[in-house]
Amino acid sequence: MSTFYFIAFLSIFFSILVISAKNPVHSILYLILTFFTFTIHYILMNAQFLAVVNFIVYMGAILVLFLYTLMLINLNKESEPVKPFMVKLAAVFGAGILAVALVSSLKVLTHTSDPVVLKNPNLGLVKNLGKVLFNEFLLPFEVSSVLLLSAMVGAVLLATKEKEPKPTI
Amino acid sequence: MEGLDILIKFGLIVVIFLISLVVAMYSTYAERKVAAFFQDRVGPNRAGPWGILQPLADGGKMFLKEEIIPTNATGFLFIVGPSLAILTACIGSAVIPWGQTVVIAGKSIPLQVTDINVGILYIFGVVSLGVYGIMIGGWASNNKYSLMGAIRAASQNISYEISMGLSIIALLLVTGTLSLGEIAQQQHGWHWNVIYQPVGFLLFLVCAFAETNRTPFDLPECETELVGGYHTEYSSMKLGFYLFAEYINMFISSAVMVTLYWGSYNYPGMDYMHELLGDTWAPLLGFGVMFMKTLLFIFFFMWIRWTIPRFRYDQLMDLGWKILIPLAIANIVVTGVVITFFK
Repeated sequence: MSTFYFIAFLSIFFSILVISAKNPVHSILYLILTFFTFTIHYILMNAQFLAVVNFIVYMGAILVLFLYTLMLINLNKESEPVKPFMVKLAAVFGAGILAVALVSSLKVLTHTSDPVVLKNPNLGLVKNLGKVLFNEFLLPFEVSSVLLLSAMVGAVLLATKEKEPKPTI
Repeated sequence: MEGLDILIKFGLIVVIFLISLVVAMYSTYAERKVAAFFQDRVGPNRAGPWGILQPLADGGKMFLKEEIIPTNATGFLFIVGPSLAILTACIGSAVIPWGQTVVIAGKSIPLQVTDINVGILYIFGVVSLGVYGIMIGGWASNNKYSLMGAIRAASQNISYEISMGLSIIALLLVTGTLSLGEIAQQQHGWHWNVIYQPVGFLLFLVCAFAETNRTPFDLPECETELVGGYHTEYSSMKLGFYLFAEYINMFISSAVMVTLYWGSYNYPGMDYMHELLGDTWAPLLGFGVMFMKTLLFIFFFMWIRWTIPRFRYDQLMDLGWKILIPLAIANIVVTGVVITFFK
C-alpha cells in the first residue's frame, strides 16, 4: 500500500514538472518518467502484460516520436505562440470543470470498490486478458482497430502531395 | 526466498554481467582482427601476445583522457545520454535463459535470472528504450551533426521495431508462449524454431542489425556525412560508454536470436550427453553450446560489417516500410493458415 502511495506521489510530481518545465524537450523527458511510474503501477496491480505494452508503446514509440518532432521544430522564444488572455481563462475554466466531473464520478466508485485492491489478481496476465478481449469484448476491440486504421489512412492521405496538374500548352 | 537463494541469484547476475562486459571488451578486439583479416592486414598485435591486451589498453586510454563537456551543451542530459545507453544495454540479459537447471551439491540452480511470463516483450521494451540514450545525448550536445544522428536513430528504431514486432508475432503463433524459458525448452534437441520460421528469422536478423545500429544500418553515426553522428561531441569514457553499449547490444541481440530461433542451449544428442554427464555438467555443456552459438552470431555481425557498404537513408526507409513490413505481415498470415489447417 505504501509503495502505491509513493509511486502515485511520483506520478503526480512528474506530471506537474511536465507542465511547469520551460523547455519543451524537458517536459517530454518528464512525461517519459511519468509514464514509467504508470508502468510501475501496472506491475503493482500484477498486470504484467499491460505494464510491458505501456512500456513499449507509450515510452518506447509514441514519446520517441514526440521527442523527434520537438527536435525538428525550431523552439526559440521568438517563435513561441502567445495566446490571448481570454483563451487562457477559458482553458483554465474548462479544465476545472473536467476535474470536478472526474472527481465526482470517482466519488461514486469509492463506495463500491477499493481501486488499489483487485478482485481478480490475475486479471492482467496475457492469457486472461486475451480471453476477455477476444470473447466478451470482441466487437469493441475490432471496432477500435478499424478506427485506428481509418485514422492511419487519413494521416497518409493528408501527408501525400497532390499531383500537380499537367501544364496545358 | 531464503538467504542462500538470494545469494545465488546475486552471484548469477554478477556472473552474467561480467560475461557480457568481457564479451563486449573482446568484441572490440575481435572486430579489429576480423576487419584486418578481411582486408588482408595484421590488425592489433603490439599489446601482449597477438595483441590480446589491446582492449585493456583501449579502456585505460578512455578512462585517462580529458573529459570535455561543451559550453553550450545541456550539462545534466549530456551525462544522462551515455549512462542510459549503457544501462539499457545491460538490463536485457535478465530474462535470457542461459542453460537448463544446474544441480550442484543437491541444490538446483536455474541459469536464468528471472523467467517472467512476458519475457519477449521485456526484451522488446528494453530495445525500444535504448534509443533514448542516443536521442538525449545527441540533443544535449547542441550540435547540428549530433542532432541529425539522434533524429536518424529515432526514426530508424521506430521503423524497424514494427517489423521486428511483427516477425515475433509469427514466432509466438508457433510457440504459444511469451516466456523465453518455455520457448527455449520447446526447442529440445534439433526442433529449433528457425526450421518452422525461416522468414521470421531473416526479418528478425535484419531488424536486429538496424536496432543495434550496426553496418549496413549505422546511419546515426555515419562518419562520411555526420562527422561522428550522435557522439560527435563526446570524449573520454562517455564516448567509451556509447561504443561499449553498441557491443553489449550486439551480444544481447545475438543471445536473443539464439534463444528465439537457433535452439538456445539445445543441440542434437543432448539427451545422450545428459545421461553421460549427469545433472551438473550437462547443463553447463548446454551453456557452452549456447555461448558458442552467440559468439558465431557476433562473428556474423562483424562479417556483415566488413562486407556490405552502408545504405543510403531513403533506401533504409524503403527497405523497412515497403519490404520488411509487408513480408512480416504475409509471414503472419501464412503461419496462421498453416497452423489452423495442419495442426
